Amino acid sequence: MSSVSLQNLEISYGNVAIVKSLDLTIQDGEFLVLLGPSGCGKSTLLSAIGGLVDVSGGRILFNDKDVTWADPKDRGIGMVFQSYALYPTMSVERNLSFGLRIAGIDRATIEKKVKWAAELLQITHLLDRKPSALSGGQRQRVAIGRALVRDADIFLFDEPLSNLDAKLRAELRLEIKKLHKTLKSTMIYVTHDQIEALTLADRIAVMKDGIIQQLDTPLNVYNKPANEFVGSFLGSPAMNKVEGQLVADGDRLVFTAGDFRLDASHYPFAQKVEGGRKAVLGLRPEHILPAKGDAQAIEGKVSLIEPMGSSILAWSNFDGVGLSHLVGQDDGCEADRTFPVTIDVQKASFFDVETGWRL
Amino acid sequence: MMSQAKSATASKRPLTYQEVWGRIGIYTFLGVLALFFLLPLYVMLVTSFKSMDEVRLGLIFSLPQHFSLDAWVKAWTSACTGLDCTGLQVGFGNSVKILLPSVVFSILFGALNGYALSFWKVKGANVLFACLLLGSFVPYQVFIYPLVRFYAQTGIYGSLPAIVITHIIFGMPVMTLLFRNYYSGLPVELFKAARIDGAGFWKIFISIVLPMSVPIAIVAVIMQVTAIWNDFLLGLVFAGRDNLPMTVQLNNIVNTTTGERAYNVNMAATVLTSLVPLTVYLVSGRWFVRGIASGAVKG
Repeated sequence: MSSVSLQNLEISYGNVAIVKSLDLTIQDGEFLVLLGPSGCGKSTLLSAIGGLVDVSGGRILFNDKDVTWADPKDRGIGMVFQSYALYPTMSVERNLSFGLRIAGIDRATIEKKVKWAAELLQITHLLDRKPSALSGGQRQRVAIGRALVRDADIFLFDEPLSNLDAKLRAELRLEIKKLHKTLKSTMIYVTHDQIEALTLADRIAVMKDGIIQQLDTPLNVYNKPANEFVGSFLGSPAMNKVEGQLVADGDRLVFTAGDFRLDASHYPFAQKVEGGRKAVLGLRPEHILPAKGDAQAIEGKVSLIEPMGSSILAWSNFDGVGLSHLVGQDDGCEADRTFPVTIDVQKASFFDVETGWRL
Repeated sequence: MMSQAKSATASKRPLTYQEVWGRIGIYTFLGVLALFFLLPLYVMLVTSFKSMDEVRLGLIFSLPQHFSLDAWVKAWTSACTGLDCTGLQVGFGNSVKILLPSVVFSILFGALNGYALSFWKVKGANVLFACLLLGSFVPYQVFIYPLVRFYAQTGIYGSLPAIVITHIIFGMPVMTLLFRNYYSGLPVELFKAARIDGAGFWKIFISIVLPMSVPIAIVAVIMQVTAIWNDFLLGLVFAGRDNLPMTVQLNNIVNTTTGERAYNVNMAATVLTSLVPLTVYLVSGRWFVRGIASGAVKG
């Protein structure tokens, strides 16, 4: 068990700053996901926590102990890589026990630990095989097993599921979640896949350009994105964005973009907003609901529909503003017809036009 | 699937009239070319099986009338180089003594260099590598005189260690290049995983990297065996009188200026000397091509 604390961390390659003065505290037993597009520095940050990349400033603390310059093997970590990184010339059993053999642990203990990890991951029947004789999913199980036998306090996952096909990914995702429940270890997980992030995490740190944009629970990151980037990075189908203005109408605030008007008086503004302020409206497709005879319903002209299985994504035009919205299979939404919807403004987001931060 | 089906039918399609003639032309041309290049080997072999009386007739293409192995026996056991008449066997032994340590150590050091340069990137690793590369383009004749002086100073000039060290040094750039290129194709995560498992520089090299190096090591063995066995100049200069390699001895036998030229013995001696690289080429053609393809074999 270990907590991790990063203080004012800086990582750079040559003159290029990859991670900029980053502060992050991860609780003991927490599952933290670092989420971001490729090149945002999340993998580099993970490598630095593992001791594989030298930091250029700041400190890394495990349980309040400074490990900034400690050797990877002395940090009590287990790491799982995207490319599995199994030793190709060794059998699964040797792969699992390699670290223990180096540490000079006695045979009986090694055997016991390997057996335990293999049973936990259901790879006992594969122990004599070489990695080349395993499927992708089996290889990644072995890689996880290699981290398990080390009795790691902190598990680092570097996009472990990215090389697997969709079905296996879902399966192994569940497996990792179960593992976390069983072991209660601290886990730090890097991914660019929002579904993995949302399903696995206790907290998600959304990163961009080496800076954490938002650090919060999956629900809050999804429902109350801290800025425009987070809003559009999470969610599929993607968030609608409309640029416009918040106008005072009596004592109410109304969002306008051309002829499009949306009453914003029920929106929980984080700060006091004056009328006349320019803003970007962020609206998730599932927050535009088919109207069931409501008074505030607005009519849109449907231009295109995309059936997505459980629901249908419709692209419609509302008073000159194009929005995508989800409708049920039985709602009778067809292309080139009009369709009434209501917009749930409490679940919408308003962002500042210049800074992109949430209002 | 589509493309597979297509190519399958394409290979079954009967050749057109023109294509058949094209094929015949190509194979005829290749056959004639092969015969032309094999001609000297043929002449060498038939001459080596003739007696000197038969050689004097000057019919170099005719098959031997009285097949005889005398020339081969003489070349191996009693051909004279200057005053010693002990044949090529001494040179063969010397060449083996030079070859084995030179090949083993040059490959080992090359692998170690390549490993260090691709996984343990120190500051200036690229500059170091560039210098090594440069070394493989400088003609080695340039270094002979400085090396002679150096060995003379250290007192090992004209000995087995001198020639072995020389071969190791001159093999280093190409071996390093070969192994570095191979290792740069390995996933760097492998190396990171090993570090987390607690393996250090040597442990990673011995337990993980070396076992994965078998294919490229075979290529390296082929290159080094042929290069070191065929070497003449370095052996002549550095090996000393007692350790002259087979190539130098062959030259001494063939270039004797006194008495009658024993063409049959010369031919047999030449074939004997080239037997080792010849065998290597024939047995390992596939691997050798791989070595060339990996860009590490220079002219």
